[in-house]
Amino acid sequence: MKLTNALFAASALVSVTATAAAAATLTIATVNNGDMIRMQGYTDDFTEKTGHEVEWVTLEENVLRQRVTTDITAKGGQFDIMTIGMYETPIWGANGWLVPLDGLSEEYDVNDILPAMRDGLSHDGTLYAAPFYGESSMIMYRKDLMEKAGLEMPEAPTWEFIREAAAAMDDDANDVNGICLRGKAGWGEGGAFITVTGNSFGARWFDEEWDPQFDQPEWKEALTFFTNLMNDYGPAGYATNGFNENLSLFQQGKCGMWIDATVAASFVTNPEDSEVADQVGFALAPNKDGVEKRANWLWAWALAIPAGTDNEDAAKQFIEWATSKEYIELVAENEGWANVPPGARTSLYETPEYQEVPFAKMTLDSINAADPKNPTVDPVPYVGVQFVAIPEFAGLASQVSQEFSAVYAGQQSVDEALEKAQAIAEEEMEAAGYR
Amino acid sequence: MATQHSRSAARFMMAPAVVLLLGWMLVPLLMTLYFSFKTYLPLRGGDLGWTGFDNYVRFVSSSAFWPSIQATLIIVGGALIITVGFGVLLGILLNQPMWGQGVVRILVIAPFFVMPTVSALVWKNMFMDPTNGLLAHLWRFFGADPVVWLSDASLFSIILIVSWQWLPFATLILLTAIQSLDGEQLEASEMDGAPVLKRFWYIVLPHLSRAITIVILIETIFLLSIFAEILVTTGGAFGTRTLTYLIFQRVLESQNVGLGSAGGVYAIILANIVAIFLMRIVGKNLDA
Amino acid sequence: MARAVTNQRKAINTAAAWAVGLLIFFPILWTILTSFKTEATAIADPPVFLAFDWTLENYSAVMERSNYARFLWNSIIIAGGSTILGIIVAVPAAWSMAFVPSKRTKDILLWMLSTKMLPAVGVLYPIYLIFIKLGILDSRIGLVIVIMLINLPIIVWMLYTYFKEIPVDILEAGRMDGASLKDEIIYILTPMAVPGIASTLLLNFILAWNEAFWTLNLTAAKAAPLTAFIASYSSPEGLFYAKLSAASTMAIAPILILGWFSQKQLVSGLTFGAVK
Repeated sequence: MKLTNALFAASALVSVTATAAAAATLTIATVNNGDMIRMQGYTDDFTEKTGHEVEWVTLEENVLRQRVTTDITAKGGQFDIMTIGMYETPIWGANGWLVPLDGLSEEYDVNDILPAMRDGLSHDGTLYAAPFYGESSMIMYRKDLMEKAGLEMPEAPTWEFIREAAAAMDDDANDVNGICLRGKAGWGEGGAFITVTGNSFGARWFDEEWDPQFDQPEWKEALTFFTNLMNDYGPAGYATNGFNENLSLFQQGKCGMWIDATVAASFVTNPEDSEVADQVGFALAPNKDGVEKRANWLWAWALAIPAGTDNEDAAKQFIEWATSKEYIELVAENEGWANVPPGARTSLYETPEYQEVPFAKMTLDSINAADPKNPTVDPVPYVGVQFVAIPEFAGLASQVSQEFSAVYAGQQSVDEALEKAQAIAEEEMEAAGYR
Repeated sequence: MATQHSRSAARFMMAPAVVLLLGWMLVPLLMTLYFSFKTYLPLRGGDLGWTGFDNYVRFVSSSAFWPSIQATLIIVGGALIITVGFGVLLGILLNQPMWGQGVVRILVIAPFFVMPTVSALVWKNMFMDPTNGLLAHLWRFFGADPVVWLSDASLFSIILIVSWQWLPFATLILLTAIQSLDGEQLEASEMDGAPVLKRFWYIVLPHLSRAITIVILIETIFLLSIFAEILVTTGGAFGTRTLTYLIFQRVLESQNVGLGSAGGVYAIILANIVAIFLMRIVGKNLDA
Repeated sequence: MARAVTNQRKAINTAAAWAVGLLIFFPILWTILTSFKTEATAIADPPVFLAFDWTLENYSAVMERSNYARFLWNSIIIAGGSTILGIIVAVPAAWSMAFVPSKRTKDILLWMLSTKMLPAVGVLYPIYLIFIKLGILDSRIGLVIVIMLINLPIIVWMLYTYFKEIPVDILEAGRMDGASLKDEIIYILTPMAVPGIASTLLLNFILAWNEAFWTLNLTAAKAAPLTAFIASYSSPEGLFYAKLSAASTMAIAPILILGWFSQKQLVSGLTFGAVK
């Protein structure tokens, strides 16, 4: 403490140039996911290297979103670094609310960040947030159950095959569901999954005139297929299952297949938590036969600096530390390569040790298969695969996904839900002044 | 005794509380009114000018509006019926002679101390989860298919959680009221051979009316604004979107402060309708 | 006077009351038990009640991850500060309403209660902007004020119903003896009102402790109380029942213990004038 005080005093006396060297206390808002919790454990390493202290504000994903959005729009200045996603970054960047991440150091090697991630976290070619980890979606399946069913998973299956495999693996007597998928309401939960499912059936949220497209046959086909698949072979109450619920079902050996975030791979293959750790295989997310888009999403949890913070330099130092190659090595050294934050850097996938990790290749392939600029078969006016990067989307999609969840729970028909979704979307777009 | 002197002293003493509450009510109220006539979209640059009554019209004409009023009334009404009903029964039970009354009272009062977020999390995950929840285990033990509480019985689940939190409050007030019941009157009626139900109906219940009114009044105030219980469990899906939750969606999820503020004004109107309604009943039972 | 109660009837009463009491308490008990299990035991099928290897690992995991002491301290300061401040503001108001009632007293009282019905989320932006202007975001003092205002109507009402029960005759007798207003308050009223004030303190401490909207939305790192602490455990990746239970137990334990020790005082004040 004394040292910190002395440094503060020194920086107050000396000119502006000295401030950069002064110890700051950074307030960082982050989400309570495993990789971030792990990062908090290594905070000492950062403090040791730079002298800056860190205060963590760790919140559950939805609460975090509300919290940081309120703060950035009202210019509250509560945080020096915010953990945000691919949805927020381009919108906030365009509004000038984030500090552009240029002038990063040579050693940081910004070009090493996967191009898909860099594009998704930029606006007009300027990077506004650095990916801490990135993900797409892929199929995780039980090799033993597939074998028992006499099937072999292709590298890139179709939805039809998934249905077949789910039917073959579904085994009520042994408490195994053929397939587990997200049905929980919320744009980042079931909303994200049904959107990429829609993409893989040729559907889209809006046409080029921003007219909602839920009245189109592709949506009906996608939603009908999903609902039937899950009603027949999914777990009871899938309408309330999100990422976590499915993860624990899969870890307990209750799912034949699970299509979800690639980051889940390290959890389901971790023998400490997963009963099926040695039996997990991976494949590309499916598509409807003949549709060129697959159900691959693209997401990154990234670190960004809100404009107007007093600790911009220290914050940049932190971001460079947390998203660096050295950080990955630090984690690899202590926790093993399977536990490093994935999906952010090209060099990680070139590391021989990491290539031996069973899900490494499929993760990279899945990320590369997603194209945020052309997410759908028909052209769209928006960017984003499982979301639409406009400010109104979060509110709109969480309402739409609530209607869909009501279908999954058997409370309304597919047609009713799509009709309501169309009405909600028209309402919201009108309120936002698109039409 | 109310001399001129004590009158003005009374006003003087009341002033801080009244002024503070007036400020607490008026400042946000005026700001809400102000925003409700604006197109205010924080993610699109904030204040985009006046818009007249557009927000008001849009909020009411939204397909979500009437269902949200309905959900609000069902949740508030359901929780009131359960807590008052069971509160009376429990109060009577706890008033009987027994061993360890103090400990039982401690057990019954406990849920009142639990923060809403925690109780919602515990109920959702450890009891109502269709796979690992305790209720699912119980159902399976009896050979039944587990109920998917939060989607198939969503409103009931939320009422259950909220009632669990508020039952202690109702029970304790009602218990105190029962304890004050004139024992001799009861005894006399018992001697007369009045049946239990009749005694309850003609002697106990009228005596409790004042306490029940108070319970309804205080609980309504808190129940109208329940939020954490819904956010944590269903996120407003499956027909559990209350007016408060709808406003939350408009303000924080859709980032439309103008529209949400209009919703806030409606909520204030609803609260006042309920308040006037309550004051009518309370007024009769409460001589202030 | 008292009816002869047979032991048999007493036993039936006891059994019924204990059964109901345990049923109501069960969710809390189950949470506490689960907090001592491993994650795997926590979801075991069939569930284990007591016969498991008790472990403290969840508590140490939570302690390692979060600065529990600071959250706890903030909770204490915010709940305590807002309650004390509220009492200071409310006592004079309630006193004057009880002893110098006017035609409008009842209206004022009910109006105060109605301010509690405003939906908090509707005014989040305005309040947030005001807090920025005043520079009290993420400060304990800001939260103390807001929570105090939220609970003030309840405090005023509780004190009012208490003061009303104090017989006016005593005051008048005191006045005959030449007691001034000040003497009246200090020597006659206060001793009689202390139990009422104590239970008001307790109830509002509990309400302030559990307030989860403003405490979450107006804080970041410095002033965040236990409601924010629990928000970081609510749905992480992977198995989390045991850790969630440990965090939940830590969040409610202080208030539960306080409540249990003081429940007699609390109960006596919970009548809101329901009993005459």
